[in-house]
Amino acid sequence: MKFLKFLLVGIFFGIVLVKSEAVSWYRIYEMFRFQSFHMYGIIGTAITSGILFLQISKKGYIKSIKGADIFVPKKEKGLVRYILGGTIFGFGWALIGACPGPMYILLGTGVWSMVIVIAAAILGTFIYGLLKNKLPH
Amino acid sequence: MNYVLNPWPWYVSGPLIAFVMALLLYFGKTFGMSSNLRTMCTIAGAGKFADFFKFKWKDQLWNLTVVLGAIIGGFIAVQYLSNNSETNLNPTTVIELQNMNFKNPGSTLVPNEMYSLDAITNPKALILLIVGGLLVGFGTRYAGGCTSGHAITGLSSLQKPSLIAVIGFFIGGLIMTNFILPLIF
Repeated sequence: MKFLKFLLVGIFFGIVLVKSEAVSWYRIYEMFRFQSFHMYGIIGTAITSGILFLQISKKGYIKSIKGADIFVPKKEKGLVRYILGGTIFGFGWALIGACPGPMYILLGTGVWSMVIVIAAAILGTFIYGLLKNKLPH
Repeated sequence: MNYVLNPWPWYVSGPLIAFVMALLLYFGKTFGMSSNLRTMCTIAGAGKFADFFKFKWKDQLWNLTVVLGAIIGGFIAVQYLSNNSETNLNPTTVIELQNMNFKNPGSTLVPNEMYSLDAITNPKALILLIVGGLLVGFGTRYAGGCTSGHAITGLSSLQKPSLIAVIGFFIGGLIMTNFILPLIF
């Protein structure tokens, strides 16, 4: 039962991303060509709502299910890993038109060949794990 | 009902994505889809090859459950909550893509030229999917997060590393779409 809520959140997430067309390869292409406001509108309003939520919860108005403060882990300080890793991620995102959430969602919509992309992404993460100590961070 | 069946406008979709983040934080977790790739490596035994994969993967079962839900959500959305409307792309985008030999831009979620079962028997499409997947999987872990972890959660919590990562996402995306895709197609 404790996993049911996460299953429901996942289902909701999948539905929202399909209905918003954020899982569309074409919408990602259009975004990176600056030919539509659609994706910028989605990302912009998501971040604005997110900031609002976190500011309200910071004031103590919203607590977690266990009554604790809402907590967002801090990302480690750094520059190289974020700019380089981010750029590599961006190459892949624009090529396949899907990031790690939409990959699974698209599989659910019936894009079976997404299995190949997911397997390759798992392999990519594995390669990172092997090279981690040799890479600048 | 048409409001549900038609594509949802950005000003509805964006806040709903933030709601997903808020729900997970409320449940004491953090929204981040790419972590699951690392978890799957660990389950497959990657801990034998690198310490990076030595962690208690069972603590991540909740996130794998979100993945399972996302797959089901994708199925529900196309089977029961859609009217098969085409993606309303900018006409300029459509013409551009047609000139790159994409037949029906916007009629499906992903181009058949890359993803259809016919296309992937062609080495070119297959290589693109594999290379794209590798870049996403490698890049996201190197950057410590993806669109959900950095762009949504990281920027919502005003973290500088996430801003740098998102700038990276756009540098890579802009180069790929504007300079490399035209060479491939």
